[in-house]
Amino acid sequence: MNSFFERRYVIAGIFIVIIFILLARLFYIQIIDPRYAIYASKNVLLPIIHNPARGPILDRTGKVLVQNVPFYDIMVTPKMVKPFDTAELCKLLGYDRPTFDKQWEKAIRYSPYRASVFEKQISASTYASVQERLSEFPGFYSLPRYLRTYPDSVAAQFLGYIGEVTDKDIKRSDGYYHRGDFIGVTGVEKSYESVLRGQRGVENWMVDSRGKYKGKYAGGMFDTAAVAGQRLTSSLDVDIQKLGEQLMQNKVGSIVAIEPSTGEILCYVSSPTYNPNLLVGRERGNNAAKLYEDPYSPFFIRPIQAKYPPGSSFKPLSALIALQEGAITPSTTYFCPGYYTAGNRRFKCNNGEAHGLVNLSSAVAKSCNGYFMMVFQRLIDRYGVKQTEKTFAKWRADVNKFGLGTKLDLDMPGEARGNLPTPLHYDNIYKRGGWRSSTVLSLAIGQGELLATPLQMANLECIVANHGYFYKPHLIKAIGAENVIRKEYTERNYVGIDSGNFEPVIDGMQSVVENGTAIRSKIPGIIMCGKTGTAQNNHGDSHSIFVAFAPRDHPKIAIAVVVENSGEGAHWAAPIASFIVEKYLRGSISPRESGITPEYFMNANKLPDISTYTIKSKPKTAPVDTNKKLKKDSVNKLKGLKSAARYNRKDRTEQVLTARFNGK
Amino acid sequence: MNNQRSFFFNVDWVTVLIYLALCTIGWFNIHAAVFDERHPSIIDLSTNYGKQFMYIVISVVLATVILLLESRFIAALAPAFYGITIVLLMLVLVIGRSVGGNAAWISLGGGFKLQPSEFAKFTTCLLLARYLSATNVRITEMRSFLLALAIIGFPMVLILLQPDMGSTLVFYSLIFVLYREGLSPYFLVISALFIVLFLTSILFTPLDVVAVTSGVALLAVLLLRKNRKLVITVLAGLAICIAFIFSVKFIYNHVLQQHQKVRIDIVLGIKNDPRGQGYNVNQSKIAIGSGKMWGKGYLRGTQTKYSFVPAQSTDFIFCTVGEEWGFAGSVVVLGLYLFLILRVIMIAERQRSPFSRVYGYGVASILFFHVMINIATTIGLAPVIGIPLPMVSYGGSSLLSFTILIFVLVKLDSNRMGIV
Repeated sequence: MNSFFERRYVIAGIFIVIIFILLARLFYIQIIDPRYAIYASKNVLLPIIHNPARGPILDRTGKVLVQNVPFYDIMVTPKMVKPFDTAELCKLLGYDRPTFDKQWEKAIRYSPYRASVFEKQISASTYASVQERLSEFPGFYSLPRYLRTYPDSVAAQFLGYIGEVTDKDIKRSDGYYHRGDFIGVTGVEKSYESVLRGQRGVENWMVDSRGKYKGKYAGGMFDTAAVAGQRLTSSLDVDIQKLGEQLMQNKVGSIVAIEPSTGEILCYVSSPTYNPNLLVGRERGNNAAKLYEDPYSPFFIRPIQAKYPPGSSFKPLSALIALQEGAITPSTTYFCPGYYTAGNRRFKCNNGEAHGLVNLSSAVAKSCNGYFMMVFQRLIDRYGVKQTEKTFAKWRADVNKFGLGTKLDLDMPGEARGNLPTPLHYDNIYKRGGWRSSTVLSLAIGQGELLATPLQMANLECIVANHGYFYKPHLIKAIGAENVIRKEYTERNYVGIDSGNFEPVIDGMQSVVENGTAIRSKIPGIIMCGKTGTAQNNHGDSHSIFVAFAPRDHPKIAIAVVVENSGEGAHWAAPIASFIVEKYLRGSISPRESGITPEYFMNANKLPDISTYTIKSKPKTAPVDTNKKLKKDSVNKLKGLKSAARYNRKDRTEQVLTARFNGK
Repeated sequence: MNNQRSFFFNVDWVTVLIYLALCTIGWFNIHAAVFDERHPSIIDLSTNYGKQFMYIVISVVLATVILLLESRFIAALAPAFYGITIVLLMLVLVIGRSVGGNAAWISLGGGFKLQPSEFAKFTTCLLLARYLSATNVRITEMRSFLLALAIIGFPMVLILLQPDMGSTLVFYSLIFVLYREGLSPYFLVISALFIVLFLTSILFTPLDVVAVTSGVALLAVLLLRKNRKLVITVLAGLAICIAFIFSVKFIYNHVLQQHQKVRIDIVLGIKNDPRGQGYNVNQSKIAIGSGKMWGKGYLRGTQTKYSFVPAQSTDFIFCTVGEEWGFAGSVVVLGLYLFLILRVIMIAERQRSPFSRVYGYGVASILFFHVMINIATTIGLAPVIGIPLPMVSYGGSSLLSFTILIFVLVKLDSNRMGIV
């Protein structure tokens, strides 16, 4: 034995210690540290998203308003891309080099490891040629998506449009949306987003280090199938919608027609309108910019966002409240000398026309301002002038029940409230107790601070037609294949007027059409009850307004038409309304005694002068840069918070739109 | 008959069994690592796992041949074997085929290649054993020591010229053999010290390291101030250390190649480059770490099967073990190696002849160094220098050279009662 015998223990000891150090390290990375397992699945897992087809939208008769066409996005995962012939790919996608580089930069900026859209919306025909060659470019793949198409190109403001999700949408959705996904931006696309979008499907692929498909993860156990979005049946009637849009060509205004027995909106015209197909596909950004430059703002959803003084169309409501409160009876008469005197002021009656002795019905028929001012004063002053504030508050509450000054909770985003002044409003202008019924007398004839949206006006007619109640107006009458109806739309909302009080008012409204202000719009064989309105405003000519329902017994349609700055209600709004009503009830339009024809109204141009057209403020120049716009807004804020606030409120829709289009 | 019987019982079957177990483990893991759906059979010769099976069969035949050889023959021919390898190592520098940047291979035709450096380990061990067992050689004597160093150093230099850093470093492990034969333990300590100084000088600034080293040395001087001789030794050592520390930066920047520097940087955590230079090690760690306790199961490893780990059947074969068999599998494999190495040491110690003992320690040291560096590399504890895992990594040269290495020892051991 040699003398260094014990050294074997030293050597063995060193070996053992080092092997145990290795084991300890293995124990750490295999058992303790959970990160490696996560990294491994990140390496190998590639979730493939299957986008469901968005739900189609039908009209009330089942005609298609919106459906889908398939198209393809070319996706790229930069880190999976191997060196390839750039020129070839450019040629394939129809790119030039700078565009290619820009897109590439964008994709890398988003994430080198996650897929993002490289080229958007390739049509099915182009895709055929791209698909063949795409496998030569590892890292690129195609993703089928769907585009919306509008066969009839109608009801743009109702349908709204979809757009790519913004970062804010992604954040708000709690991870549901991914970059490149589409979301409803306005209209029904927005308000029924969760129904329309369906359920995204996910297929979990396993890929090798080159991104090559190697099989399904866990045998497809965690895969989910895409579920197509549900169908929506809208309440619109595409025939009268089309007719309405034609009649409103080259005019600014809107038409809202509602079925009184259900609250279903039959016609929802906002003019000027646009072809919804313009906001689809690759030219979307350019088209939107052009539309935005239109001084009459097609994106402004007039049926629910434009606020007009209802004018004389408000008179039936005035009468109803007075009857209910017992301030007048149907036989209350008034002698109209052509003006009305309140205190030391004199109010002219309809261009000074003297109506003579009028009762309730004939006052409605002749639209006698004096009669309704008298009624209003009786109502407000019935407990003496000291009680003005109290009775006014009661009057306001009564009017409010009819849906004025409040949102009707339409199933559509962006609804305006209108304006119904409060006693406080007058306290602020005059001093407390410093105003009388004569001070606010213009409210009696639907002028003054009173503002209503066309939807509110049409809903008012529903109430009259129904003798005292309404169903919440809505644009979607059934959801999905099972035609689910929202419960709130089957409930009656009473306005607190006895049904008997409606007859004398309706009598008057019938005479408006039979032999009153709207006689030219009489429909042969159909009894239509209506009321013209000529709303004075400070933007130019009066707005032409007409509200009506028909037929008188078992009414099937209630309608409100507004043609901005075009003059008297009888001249423009009433004939247009009569054509819609007849088309809806009869399916065709018969020759009129007065000789008016739809063609005349379709061709008439009543667009207001651009220089005086100020229904809402908007920047004169095309929106180029969101930042510029934001800067402008902040400057406005500095100039005066109050005016800027008004500016912003009116312009909020545009702001949202600008931001979206510029974001693209 | 009696002679045959005793020979059969004298073979150390434990070592043979561990050897066969490791070969089998290697074969199956190569199958999993480079699994090809078109050739699922584990003995399909068009695949690496089929080839590995063939190498295993050849190795077993070779092992049998070695066991049937005369022991005296082995010792006698040691210088000849050494000479042949040296010639081959020189030849490889001239006509070598370059694989992965190293001109380490000689083509044998038919797609087979020979890697002389693998066999150099065996022949060097053999010649070292032969030399140290000579009656007039004492490793403690300067002349013997230098000759021993020359035997080890000559092939090292030739392999370094290829350049194959990994195989070169393997020869360094023979320091354990020299230590066992009487080399001063200070060599081990100094080796360890220099490794620590090298790494710390890269990690920190040389001045910091000098300061700390000097502080330790001064403390030693204070404690040992009674013994002048020791004080002088310590101070001389300090001077050498300081010189070394300042030369580290030079070696690091001018002697080492760029990729070697980066690999060292990654292990030390100076550089973090999981997508570039650190890709191998990062993916290897992910593979092993994702195996958890029991692993993903045979042929279910996604990291290795889907080629996220490069060199998965050769230098990174342990990834497949760690991923598919988990910590349990890792413990089994490392346990087998540890058992084998300790068994070899045991065998070496029971030899009567110094030749067999020295050779046995050589085998243990080489096995240990391969296992330690290879596995440390896969889990990010050592820089990537590219040496195979004995018997498990894919490769004929490697498997055959380890077979020869081990079975020559088994043969020598079976004759331990006789006189060599």
